Amino acid sequence: MPPQVAYKPSHKVDFVIVGSGSAGGVLAKELSTAGFSVVVLEQGPYIPPSSFGHDEIAQSQEHALTNKPDLSPQTFRKTPQDKAQKQFSAIYGRCVGGGSVHFTANYWRFHEIDFIERSHRGPVAGTAFADWPITYTDMEPYYTKVEWEVGVSGLAGASPFDPYRSKPYPIPPLPVKSSGVIFERAAWKMGWHPFPAPMAILSQPYRGRAGCIYCGRCLGFGCEVGAKSSSLASMIPLAQQTGRCEIRTESYAFKVETDHHGRATGVAYFDRQRRQHFQKARAVILSANGAETPRLLLLSASSRFPDGLANSSGFVGKYLMVNGFSTVLATFDEPLNEYKGAAVGRVLHDFYEIDPKLGFYGGGGLDARFGQTPMGYAVNSVPTEVPRWGTAYKRWLAESFSHSMFVSSHATSLPVEANSFSLDPDLKDAWGLPALCMTYKDHPDDLKTVKYLQDRALELLAVSRASKVWVRPIREQTHAVHLLGTCRMGNDPKLSVVNADHRTHDVPNLFLCDGSSFVTSGRGQPTMTIQALAFRAADRIGAAARRGEV
Amino acid sequence: MTSEPGNEPDRRRFLLSSLSGAGTAWITLNWPAVMAAAEHAAQAAKAAVPPQLEALTAEQAAAVEAIAARIIPTDDSPGAREAGVIYFIDRALTTFATESLADYQKGLPVFEAKTRELFPSVQRFSEAAPEQQDAVLKALDEQPFFELVRSHTVMGFLSDPMRGGNRDGVGWKLIGFDSSPAFTPPFGYYDRDYRGWQPPPKQEGKT
Repeated sequence: MPPQVAYKPSHKVDFVIVGSGSAGGVLAKELSTAGFSVVVLEQGPYIPPSSFGHDEIAQSQEHALTNKPDLSPQTFRKTPQDKAQKQFSAIYGRCVGGGSVHFTANYWRFHEIDFIERSHRGPVAGTAFADWPITYTDMEPYYTKVEWEVGVSGLAGASPFDPYRSKPYPIPPLPVKSSGVIFERAAWKMGWHPFPAPMAILSQPYRGRAGCIYCGRCLGFGCEVGAKSSSLASMIPLAQQTGRCEIRTESYAFKVETDHHGRATGVAYFDRQRRQHFQKARAVILSANGAETPRLLLLSASSRFPDGLANSSGFVGKYLMVNGFSTVLATFDEPLNEYKGAAVGRVLHDFYEIDPKLGFYGGGGLDARFGQTPMGYAVNSVPTEVPRWGTAYKRWLAESFSHSMFVSSHATSLPVEANSFSLDPDLKDAWGLPALCMTYKDHPDDLKTVKYLQDRALELLAVSRASKVWVRPIREQTHAVHLLGTCRMGNDPKLSVVNADHRTHDVPNLFLCDGSSFVTSGRGQPTMTIQALAFRAADRIGAAARRGEV
Repeated sequence: MTSEPGNEPDRRRFLLSSLSGAGTAWITLNWPAVMAAAEHAAQAAKAAVPPQLEALTAEQAAAVEAIAARIIPTDDSPGAREAGVIYFIDRALTTFATESLADYQKGLPVFEAKTRELFPSVQRFSEAAPEQQDAVLKALDEQPFFELVRSHTVMGFLSDPMRGGNRDGVGWKLIGFDSSPAFTPPFGYYDRDYRGWQPPPKQEGKT
């Protein structure tokens, strides 16, 4: 761990932030730079970037960077009427830097429409489809800030569907891969508009950090040279250098305490030895992700807040959205070697808003990608038509791994009340606390949307030189990595958990900022927007603190 | 296809060529750290594991190895047997997959019983002919235990050799995976002649 200040838990700091990931890292850096004292409680360890390796077993079987099934088991059910069964469904980062350490780093901005869809499209039955209390205009300066401060590679103006931007990208796009060239040429033939994927990966050295070495280990792995713009590489070091921010690792927050005025007084947590501590603070910010932020609020129930903290609306944990996904695998005659370089190369947004006349709501992006490592590909990517063992399987492995790519869709999820994170009534985690329960069943429109996008992917591949195309059947989702909407933002305290400044409606010095703040899901790739929200929240919260309003 | 780690001149040339202008000053300052990081995985891969059994008995190991050898058979190229998948699996059962040991202890007798049921003259699965073994697998390949062995076999064939399988990178060689710690574009056949992103061709696209 780099040198940093150390506070005693009894020292009342200005802010205690739970979580050091995409949002927590930005808030820690911004608030400490602005002069505030900050303690960040991170559930996971600090892993020095120089120790990140390429071992698939550590990453996928030992959960080196993510939440661990043995410590933090989970349950899943499709509907609230079902009995939840033990199943590990929600994956998130569990180390300094959070999910940004192992993510793919897709960083397109949300478009204007993402914030005002309800007004434009009207209601959607069975959902709480709503506008955000902020618009793209409010967000634009902060998207720019993410691109320049965190470090995003891209080409401004390449997509005719892109929203307004005040500045170009700070660095050019990553070099194209074969998948990107194939995708781009086929898309032009279709009359569509492919563009270089905006990625939070440095295409060249930037602000003292190294450029990408194209090792191909982005999705699921930490970046050993720091070219991936994780919070760990980009924000945390700056926060520590202020001398006002302590990242306290292996510190598992389990309760936000409140006083008799209903104000937050700090956060109770377990240290590495499972001893309890209480970090005092003037204000509390939860950036623990869309699963753990609502869980922590529910765990913080008290006689004053019997249904969980900040939950007078009853919306804490509800309206979970995970983004729709569908994919097509395509094989070519010549080698693509897609295991090299960043996972995603080209994107198109021609179907960002699918024609409402088709009878369902939705939209999304298509991209050219691989993001596969040998073991993961061989275990999980076998098309249904291919035998799963024996000579034919071995031949498929030998012929397809280096010759294949995916065209994938990333799409809307509608906010449905029954889709949620809650506390499991029976199962406990290793600390004896109620385990996370996920309830999820895709809205019918979400499934129609990803099917529509998969059909476009097939059209695109039909005009490419693919020798064989394998469709992955669309199924209802039972796992989640995008954890969105579970403490939604809004102006009405009856219909939302936080206001437009991320302040909870119920507790004046408690703020929530992460994927849980989303009102609608966007079209996938939420981390860019999570970080833009965090930069904006830091401005708003810092200003309020200086006015004595925190 | 698999290149040896430690190919110093190539990586050095690549890293230098990827930098320009201000970047050159940066690399001068940070060169040792970048190289150390890029080579970390390659160094780890050299830590080979001596082949010995800790979780499985010799008899169990013979059965598991025989199953693995039908999942990824040996033909004109090495299969699970030559990759030492059995040593990967045995080690997995004492490390990240300890809870699966009970599944092996329960599942292997089912394979033996099915073998004797289908081929009464054969005493053990590992002693059956390959065609007979395939028949047993076909009868059981919808079972969760088979899926477990299949996953472990594939993992052992293709994971980093430091985990005990994928000896000499035979799995990686089969699928055309180069385990070098860094690469330089072009990466594949179709991006060789790419001239950079250009605005849309003249015909106006439909939106």
